Amino acid sequence: MNTESNFSKNPKLLLEVRELCVHFPIRSGLLSSVQSVVKAVDGVSFEIAPGETLGLVGESGSGKTTVGRALIRLAPITSGDIFWKSDDITRLPESQFRSLRKEIQMIFQDPFGSLNPRLTIGSIVGEALEIHFPELNLKERKARVAELLNQVGLLPEHTRRYPHEFSGGQRQRIGIARALAVHPQLIICDEPVSALDVSVQAQIINLLQDLQEQMGLSYLFIGHDLGVVQHMSDRIMVMNEGKIVEAGDCKSIYQSPQHPYTQKLLAAVPTLA
Amino acid sequence: MASYLIRRILYMVPIIFGVMVITFVLFFVVQSPTAMAKRILGPKAKPEAIQNWLHNRGYDKPRFINTQPGATWWDSQFVHQMKALATFDLGYSDATGESIARMFRQGAIPSLLITVPSFIFGFLISLSAALFFVFVRDSRTDLFGVILCVAMMSIPIQVYVIFGQWLIAVKTSYLPAFGFYLSGASTIKFLVLPVILYTLADLGGEVRLYRTIFLEEIHQEYVKTAQAKGVSPARVLFVHVLKNGMISIITLVVASLPFLIIGSLVLENFFGIPGLGNLTVNAIRTSDFAVVRTTVYLGSLLYLVGLLLTDICYAAVDPRIRFQ
Repeated sequence: MNTESNFSKNPKLLLEVRELCVHFPIRSGLLSSVQSVVKAVDGVSFEIAPGETLGLVGESGSGKTTVGRALIRLAPITSGDIFWKSDDITRLPESQFRSLRKEIQMIFQDPFGSLNPRLTIGSIVGEALEIHFPELNLKERKARVAELLNQVGLLPEHTRRYPHEFSGGQRQRIGIARALAVHPQLIICDEPVSALDVSVQAQIINLLQDLQEQMGLSYLFIGHDLGVVQHMSDRIMVMNEGKIVEAGDCKSIYQSPQHPYTQKLLAAVPTLA
Repeated sequence: MASYLIRRILYMVPIIFGVMVITFVLFFVVQSPTAMAKRILGPKAKPEAIQNWLHNRGYDKPRFINTQPGATWWDSQFVHQMKALATFDLGYSDATGESIARMFRQGAIPSLLITVPSFIFGFLISLSAALFFVFVRDSRTDLFGVILCVAMMSIPIQVYVIFGQWLIAVKTSYLPAFGFYLSGASTIKFLVLPVILYTLADLGGEVRLYRTIFLEEIHQEYVKTAQAKGVSPARVLFVHVLKNGMISIITLVVASLPFLIIGSLVLENFFGIPGLGNLTVNAIRTSDFAVVRTTVYLGSLLYLVGLLLTDICYAAVDPRIRFQ
């Protein structure tokens, strides 16, 4: 297997993933011996350039969320390599990886469960600043939080409220402000709109696109709604049972899908005919 | 808030009334006051003496409703007793004639001297141990901890007491194995062993319960968010998980607070501590209805106060809950 990264060919790449595997052992019995292995992610490779949006589609259980989580170590990597700006970060100790969390952020699918109900919006957004920008004093931090809330369409006075006081769309905006707080370069968007109403989905999608334009962000946009993913992405990967079955630019995937799974997925999209 | 509290306090009235009816029925309908008098005065007591005893305590009146001609309907045992309890006129012991209010005041001190330190130590130790086991979760230490907890909660308190008395008092004779004497700082030597044993007896169950509560929290999505932010594992546990887990824990703990005053029935008996637990056991043994009635009344009041405190605490610690 070729372990040389593609950075020699394209030094401008932001992220490169090679043969990523995430396997979960299923243990049972008295001695909890490994009975079988669930291959959630099985040999996935891709790369993301600065300012690019890479879409990742697949049905539930295809492993797409696990890919996103493995990138920021919220899921254990079994094998494979992850390169960030040509550095191999796969086996970095957690203490060194922590500084990278500033550069790679994640927006979670569940706008309700992903915010700590006991913390105010100010603490939720401000905590990341406290960790990654310890040089900011309280006043500067508050000003930055207010600026971030403003940026995502919320009001600075919302800092003292708790998550339950907001609607799903507003909560997802809080999640976006939280991710933006540390000036990331890549944001993993794990089905950020699937829990929202259609009208609110459009607002959040537009917000993500505006932010990308303003800040030159890269996105790994994970979703099962093909329409939304197509709208957001430059390139798309189709994932099934832990493997990438097809990848290419938006147009070719949608107009002439090669793999039977992609064809089936596209045929299942409801249309207003 | 005020209207909520008033409503809650009004709800308590029918509950306490029900508890008192059941206690009254158990003592006066299931066994007769005459039998009670015979047991207290002795089998050779003259019928006049028994009649006198019953009359002095009002136990010769009709039970619930007075239907005798010329008498008002409420001139009955039950109404008189309920009226006395409602105004906290606790009366006198049936067995000794001592003032019940005084007996309770005297008994509360030894009980609290045992239960309050045990409660504080127990809470702090179990909280720290639970957090530690969650921090090292899925390791051998965690597994060992769970096994130890299950073992500790499977052993009844009597075993702790007997083993503790044998080990510390009989084998080493550093501390008294039995007894209690209230006299300033030297009281402490009577407290050490009961406090340690009372703390130990509850520890296994509490550690396990708190560990489960924290483990449930650590698998929530907001913990993933915190990890993605770059929050250290210790901070995840001590800020994010602890804050959320405390909602359940505080409510459990607060509900148990009023019971500290009642003390431990078993422990006080084993150590001969003249607390409220001992008082209750003796009252039941000697058919001292006046004392049992008061214990049940105060016990149910304390229980309801505990529940009310729990609800108030819920609203205080969980921003999602407000009084409506």
